[in-house]
Amino acid sequence: MADPEIKSYEPLHESQSAAVTESRPVKAALMAIALAFLAVFLLLPLIVVFHEALAKGIGAYTEALSSPDTRSAIRLTLLVAAISVPLNVIFGISAAWAIAKFEFKGKAFLTTLIDLPFSVSPVISGLVYVLLFGAQGLLGAWLKAHGIVILFAVPGIVLATIFVTFPFVARELIPLMQEQGNGDEEAALSLGASGWQVFWYVTLPNVKWGLLYGVLLCNARAMGEFGAVSVVSGHIRGLTNTMPLHVEILYNEYNAVGAFAVASLLAGLALVTLVLKTLLEMRYGAEIAATRGH
Amino acid sequence: MEVRVVNVRKEFERFPALHDVSLDIRSGELIALLGPSGSGKTTLLRLIAGLERPTKGAIFFGDEDASQKSIQERNVGFVFQHYALFRHMTVADNIGFGLKVRHGAARPSGQEIRRRALELLDLVQLSGLEKRYPAQLSGGQRQRVALARAMAIEPKVLLLDEPFGALDAQVRRELRRWLREIHDRTGHTTVFVTHDQEEALELADRVVVMSQGRIEQVGTADDIYDTPNSPFVYSFIGESSSLPVKVENGEVWIADRPIGLQAPHARSGEAVLYFRPHDVDLLDGCSGCIAGTVAASRRVAGTRRVELEVGGERQRVEIELPVDHPAAQKSRVAFRPRRWKLFPKS
Repeated sequence: MADPEIKSYEPLHESQSAAVTESRPVKAALMAIALAFLAVFLLLPLIVVFHEALAKGIGAYTEALSSPDTRSAIRLTLLVAAISVPLNVIFGISAAWAIAKFEFKGKAFLTTLIDLPFSVSPVISGLVYVLLFGAQGLLGAWLKAHGIVILFAVPGIVLATIFVTFPFVARELIPLMQEQGNGDEEAALSLGASGWQVFWYVTLPNVKWGLLYGVLLCNARAMGEFGAVSVVSGHIRGLTNTMPLHVEILYNEYNAVGAFAVASLLAGLALVTLVLKTLLEMRYGAEIAATRGH
Repeated sequence: MEVRVVNVRKEFERFPALHDVSLDIRSGELIALLGPSGSGKTTLLRLIAGLERPTKGAIFFGDEDASQKSIQERNVGFVFQHYALFRHMTVADNIGFGLKVRHGAARPSGQEIRRRALELLDLVQLSGLEKRYPAQLSGGQRQRVALARAMAIEPKVLLLDEPFGALDAQVRRELRRWLREIHDRTGHTTVFVTHDQEEALELADRVVVMSQGRIEQVGTADDIYDTPNSPFVYSFIGESSSLPVKVENGEVWIADRPIGLQAPHARSGEAVLYFRPHDVDLLDGCSGCIAGTVAASRRVAGTRRVELEVGGERQRVEIELPVDHPAAQKSRVAFRPRRWKLFPKS
């Protein structure tokens, strides 16, 4: 005799999957729409960037990249990333550690605060620094009296970048550390390890892939940030122009090859980031936190 | 190392998890903390380890007050229910971790650490697996590695938190026997937490029965099973039956009949009679006994469990009969508990 359970289950199963599966034409239409959007809004612009950059040949491209102003913009971008990413790694790890491993008052508030840069327009974060450190700002007079220059200089750009890239590392590590709990740390402590040894030998290796993932995203944003940096930079050529700002200036001067050459570098960075991100997710998906909202 | 817990109280955010608990653990003893979840057994273990600090009271290791010491200074071996092995380290590195993190002269050479790790791996019968990672081991093997890692630091006390809780029944039984062997060979003072009474009674020299943040009874398996000192222990350990009774003139009564049990020291008034269902004498005639009509009868393995309705209020009580006993066929059964205890009505 046939198993009655399976018999009664199968039609149900079929009708269930039939209910959630669209017919062939609808499927095709949905996929076509998605692909068309991808092509028009993502792929095409990317091709245009490289096409325009190389429109006048490879010679013009390398020449555009080797102009002193461009090279200074690249240097500044690398410098800003080199300062702000490590600082945000330190902040991200300590915030994640505090939130995941301890109970304290105001924890929910701190968690929300970390997300603030995501919800605030970058221009506003830039403006905040102008209001704080500008000549008419809250600390402006004091800074001037002590000869400290923040606005329209490298420190301002670094501060704005740190603000904007604040959440990346912390947001990546918090759910990961919460999920892993305190067990491994307690085990290490019971074996006589000091707090620093616990962090170095146990906690850090446990989150290393999640951390790398966060650093990658943080770096991509640090190098690509436009709005906040634009407000505080002052656009001084060869001095306070980062790559994204430099692209805008060159473009406004109708220097298409120059603008797109620099843009192609940023696009290249984005592609490299994307590939690395995908590789990390494929290889260490389980060890990277589940929050991939960015 | 002898461990003394003296009047320890522990509160979590004002919620008491342990009320005034005292316990003496003898050197070299294998002792079990047994209780349902929420009884405070794990909290007590973590307090001994130094993973928690007592709200009140003190814990002594020998003559030394350990309560002021950090967990690192206490030198205890702790084994977690979910192993807590370091997943990015090999088995050998896991076992050697406690030696590697030592400072200065206390830290053995790399070669020495490795030698000790292999030696311990041999002790826990996992030779040859030193290069594996925890993910490549079975649950039982992981727990053995965790024990080897805890023993590598030559701990004063070995503490195990539900060490077999995450394993299946077969492996549990095996590891139980094996842990007893290791203990007998190494002689560490060992405290383990469990909610499995079979595990506690079989494995431990003494069992500490806990309930609602208090110690109910401490004793050998025989003490705990044969002379439970509270209704909780009676009902938590093994099978038990209870009946509401009355004490008058040093005799136990059910309704208007004495049941033939003398209780010269019990206070007169209402009480509850506890006994083990299998620990009864079956009687033919009934002058001074408990008699009842058979309400239900079930065959359980080698015995027959009979549920009786007793007295005018038809209180139900369960007793165990041999399968072939003639009483099992009757509609009315009379018996008297062989070993029993009275507790005041709560």
